[in-house]
Amino acid sequence: MSPPVLSVRDLSVIAKTDQGPQTLVDRVSFELNRGEILGLVGESGSGKSMTCRAIIGLLPSSRISISGGSVILRGKSDLTHLEESDMRKVRGGDIGMIFQNPSSHLDPVMSIGGQITESIRYHHQVNRAEARNRAIEILHQVGISDPAQRIDDYPHEFSGGMRQRAMIAVALACNPEILIADEPTTALDVTVQAQILRLLMDLREKRELSIILITHDLGVVAQVCDTVAVMYGGRICERGPKREIILDAHHPYTTGLIDCQPSGGSHRGLVKTIAGQPPSQGSMPTGCAFHPRCAHATKECAQTEPAAVDYQPNHMLACHHPIGEINEGGRA
Amino acid sequence: MHRYRFILYRPIQLLPVLIGISIIIFVLVRSIPGDPVRALLGARGTPESILRIRAQFGLDEPLWTQYFYFIENLFKGEMGRSILYKIDVLELIGTRIEPTLVLVGGSVLLALLIAVPLAAIAAKYRGRPVDHIIRLMSTAGLGFPAFWLAIMLILLFSIQLDLFPVAGYGKTFGEKLHHMILPWLTVALALSAVLTRNLRASILAELHSDQATAARARGLPESVVFWRHVMPNSLVPTVNLLAINIGWLISGTVVIESVFAIPGMGQLLIRGIFTRDYMVVQGVAMTFACATVFVNFMADVLTVTIDPRVKL
Repeated sequence: MSPPVLSVRDLSVIAKTDQGPQTLVDRVSFELNRGEILGLVGESGSGKSMTCRAIIGLLPSSRISISGGSVILRGKSDLTHLEESDMRKVRGGDIGMIFQNPSSHLDPVMSIGGQITESIRYHHQVNRAEARNRAIEILHQVGISDPAQRIDDYPHEFSGGMRQRAMIAVALACNPEILIADEPTTALDVTVQAQILRLLMDLREKRELSIILITHDLGVVAQVCDTVAVMYGGRICERGPKREIILDAHHPYTTGLIDCQPSGGSHRGLVKTIAGQPPSQGSMPTGCAFHPRCAHATKECAQTEPAAVDYQPNHMLACHHPIGEINEGGRA
Repeated sequence: MHRYRFILYRPIQLLPVLIGISIIIFVLVRSIPGDPVRALLGARGTPESILRIRAQFGLDEPLWTQYFYFIENLFKGEMGRSILYKIDVLELIGTRIEPTLVLVGGSVLLALLIAVPLAAIAAKYRGRPVDHIIRLMSTAGLGFPAFWLAIMLILLFSIQLDLFPVAGYGKTFGEKLHHMILPWLTVALALSAVLTRNLRASILAELHSDQATAARARGLPESVVFWRHVMPNSLVPTVNLLAINIGWLISGTVVIESVFAIPGMGQLLIRGIFTRDYMVVQGVAMTFACATVFVNFMADVLTVTIDPRVKL
């Protein structure tokens, strides 16, 4: 089997603060194969966006930096050690990124076509006409009708869903193999949300695009993802194939998240919640970060951090007291 | 192209504004205490000669008739005859408009040449010493009155260092340039201070905006992100601030032209007021008003060109 398109190993990100360094992302590991959609799930502040920012080397502040680990692209280059000029070729060229709010992430004073051709002309040395043709083609691919007409429109002339399509077009302009989608449907209507997810799955099939989908919506995960990694307090607490995570999760946080989904009428009444607040930076609990909110927590959980164990080839778990039967395929 | 449609109907909208301004100017000019003919003739004036000259300039007519003549002339593209200079006001303005245009145009250009790089540097090195120096300088630039700055510049560059003439305008292009450097500097220092502060704040906000992050995520180098995405978005508020300041500057030339003895519109206005030369004061004030309106109109055109979201 060919090596994974992207292999993240023990990636850690720290922030320098007045109270000393704080860990934002803690030894996160996962692999992304060709054509795979990986869901990165967690509450706000769990480190899912920060992990992706670290992958493309665009951390939001100079006080935040990668403190360890590696990000291997196509089994070759380690992105954490690339020169800035080489990293720029990776951004847009190998890894594209789309964001939650297309209105603010598109330049309002440049036409959609301008933003697409700008990337194409920067990454591939092609002339204006050729770049424009490619831009029309990519707009067509993301489902914008009459792309030759709409290419000169400005973002404000597009509707919300169209804008998200346009942002996908801008991100895919230079044919990256990987797309990082940071909550791409959170700001959209439910109907439009479904269309965008459909589009992402189409693109995966047609282009063999690998996608990291950041979301806090397990419904979205259930619809489109192949693999799921659940993050809590900067760590991945459970990772595995979608089926296993949705139907047979073992980490109390994962099961808690699944129980919180408002499911269509099977149990009426109040939506379930996980008691307590997610940890904030600077007040990270000792031991397992989830133990203050966990019903199964013991003394051990407060003292020692659970090791990340691959108890099955593709299913990783970091918990002292997993829920349910674990079919040990050999505890590594 | 429909975003430029306002260019067609804006002049029609501006007509009532200009008529309103003409009424205000007309009434204010005539509220200046004193009488143009007495000022012209001084002690020499006999009651007969005063009456004769009053009739010659139509000053014996009722006020509303005089206003009507003023407006009628304006529509014919005339501004009446100067009582003091005995020539057409329009012709008079024609001889005086160049120094004022050169003064305003040069100052604005120089202010932009100072403000844009300084704002960019200050924003890029936010919180570093260079940022603090630029911010301190622009705060200081706001605090100095123009006439005081002008005198200080003359003292330093003309009298101590003998680099530039103390005053005047000159005849050849080279002479004019030499004479205008200190006036330009005087205006540009104050103007660039306002622009730098404003532009620095806009650039800072845009540098950390989502769209700039997205542009970086496309692999664009920082220079492209800055000049093609950050700068155009930052310029929109500054263009409007600049337009307001040019309006203020047009009347502000009165002070600068007086200090540097530049034979422009400002001087003409001052002299017109002292001699109660109604036609000249009306004409110059009307020209200033039209220029201000025009500058704001151009700012709107520029804003629409930069920002397609703006609807006018």
